[in-house]
Amino acid sequence: MTQIFAYITHNGGAADDTALELAAAAKKIDAGAAVTAVIAGSGSDLDAVCNEMAASYSEVWKIDNEAMAYPNAEIIRKALVSILPADGIVLLPHDTFGMDLGPGLSIKLDAAFVADVVDLEGVEGSTLKLVRQEFAGQVSTHVTCDISAGAVLNIRPGVSQPDESKSAGGQVVDKSGDAGDLSVVRKFLEIVEAEVGDVDITKSEVLVSVGRGIEDEDNIEIAQELAEAMGADLSCSRPIVDAKWLEKSRQVGTSGQTVKPKVYMAMGISGSFQHLGGIKGSPFMVAVNKNAKAPIYQVADVGIVADILEFIPELTEKIKDL
Amino acid sequence: MEILVCVKRVPDTSENEIEVGSDGQDIDRDDLVYSVNEWDNYAVEEAIQIVDKVGGKVTVVTVGDDESEEVLRREMAMGANEGILLSDDAFESSDGKGIAAILKAAVEKGSYDLIMTGAQADAGAGQVGGMLAAMLDQPYASLVNSIEVIDDKKLKVGREIEGGNQEMNEIQMPCVLSIQTGINEPRYVGIRGIRKVASVDIPVLGASDLGIDSGSVGNAGASVKVQDYFVPVFGDGAEMLEGSTEEIIDKLIELLKAQGGLK
Ligand SMILES: Cc1cc2nc3c(=O)[nH]c(=O)nc-3n(C[C@H](O)[C@H](O)[C@H](O)COP(=O)(O)OP(=O)(O)OC[C@H]3O[C@@H](n4cnc5c(N)ncnc54)[C@H](O)[C@@H]3O)c2cc1C
Ligand SMILES: Nc1ncnc2c1ncn2[C@@H]1O[C@H](COP(=O)(O)O)[C@@H](O)[C@H]1O
Repeated sequence: MTQIFAYITHNGGAADDTALELAAAAKKIDAGAAVTAVIAGSGSDLDAVCNEMAASYSEVWKIDNEAMAYPNAEIIRKALVSILPADGIVLLPHDTFGMDLGPGLSIKLDAAFVADVVDLEGVEGSTLKLVRQEFAGQVSTHVTCDISAGAVLNIRPGVSQPDESKSAGGQVVDKSGDAGDLSVVRKFLEIVEAEVGDVDITKSEVLVSVGRGIEDEDNIEIAQELAEAMGADLSCSRPIVDAKWLEKSRQVGTSGQTVKPKVYMAMGISGSFQHLGGIKGSPFMVAVNKNAKAPIYQVADVGIVADILEFIPELTEKIKDL
Repeated sequence: MEILVCVKRVPDTSENEIEVGSDGQDIDRDDLVYSVNEWDNYAVEEAIQIVDKVGGKVTVVTVGDDESEEVLRREMAMGANEGILLSDDAFESSDGKGIAAILKAAVEKGSYDLIMTGAQADAGAGQVGGMLAAMLDQPYASLVNSIEVIDDKKLKVGREIEGGNQEMNEIQMPCVLSIQTGINEPRYVGIRGIRKVASVDIPVLGASDLGIDSGSVGNAGASVKVQDYFVPVFGDGAEMLEGSTEEIIDKLIELLKAQGGLK
């Protein structure tokens, strides 16, 4: 069986949530596999993460270099190409880092690549069977991947149950000396923090959230009126911010805010994983959508098939009359 | 600056409900409305804005069938100067690597300072840009949501990362960038604009024109293959409220009260 590697992202000396999810994903490829964690970074933060991961992975490959103090995907790719065997299976999280690293890494390793994997169904011969989604989750696909020359797999965050067993008792192996030439022509400069808006939706208990189904900037008002009648705050999905109909600080999702309300009203939102990734703490979720098959109904508690442009004003009136 | 933007013709999800076809081998493609991939439209707008500022030319390219020509024309109506259609039966059912290899061959026929792709297309992969960059041995940045031209060799680009934060990078050209939505406000294209470019010649290049071995792309060259389509089932699913709008609203208000959703 080919060797399996899990690339561990980390921040401030702590491994990301995806670290233990990748351990679980690896087990779905090969239940008996001894999985190696690969961790790049620098200094004491890196050591802390390596030690933490040794409990969950049978081996931890540490790559320590000042150039990797910030995870610049171009630098890390070079190091990985020097260190990894050509035909291994490499697991990455499908987040903004994994999206930056994975596709190019697969080319340089001459390995197959599969993006945004939501489930793994095991190996037969040299064929790995996977599950993906297309069209923002409206349909799923079974995908086969020829792993005879190795593979890079980007695994969707949050879909694998983390492997919390911490029973690996692994050892840390220092691979820093094998990283090779790390010079690149994309230089990291700085992080610009997100702007703070007029409302902090991360503190809201009740959110009325609008998506592309609101159709027009002028219709934002009806959602605002519903939010006021309910004593809720107004939030939205990404296309509403892209269109500049609401401020970025009101965007719920992986590239926006992470919210933890008690009640979440998803109005004309399809339910992409990047949107749902910003909703934590299992709120009571109401989804109103005109498409009876919208993916949001799979995660919502209550679903209503309706045109929000008609439904919202009627609901607002009723609530005002209470 | 010579800029190449890779664009794809995709079913427009805001116009269609995507459903699995009866044999499970594909989505049901009857009566689908197609348009240019949302992300690619932002990329073309950005390219046009850069060329408006510093001069140069924008070329749009797609790997597709005859019908894909319409998205090239649409982007030319927006302001792209030239279009190239890469089309061949041998390209059908290519995986991401195949598409990137075909695009690479086209890139090498020109001389581009900057190549842009969308952050992702209809299959939600986000792979072609990074693969193309690696094949060309050029630097890459994904999920770019701001571009500033520093001089004729360097760009300052912002990458969108988690939580709405932005990672600033300096990158040398030639390079490949994948563009995230929201980077600009793509201009409106009217029917008149489309008419103006209706008769502009769009060259069509096939495998032999590009020097591509047919067996290395398409279904034959793919190491990743979609086997079937199905309707996903996650979680328990929502309790669907049914009845008249009155009844639905009454029930919903009751539930919201119980859950603390009304103040
Ligand atoms: C790296 C990356 C990060 C991202 N980060 C985020 C993020 O943080 N947050 C986020 O939201 N997205 C994010 N996205 C975008 C995400 O992939 C989806 O494109 C987006 O969430 C879709 O928003 P939506 O549901 O409003 O629109 P759509 O997917 O277009 O859905 C609109 C829905 O409205 C319904 N509808 C239309 N008209 C009506 C009507 N009149 N009445 C009722 N229903 C109607 C439709 O049936 C459809 O289900 C990100 C994407 C990428 C690549
Ligand atoms: N058939 C194609 N022709 C041209 N460009 C493409 C094609 N497929 C994908 N791309 C480019 O690659 C980007 C990412 O697509 P994907 O990797 O398929 O998610 C798209 O936004 C396009 O810019």
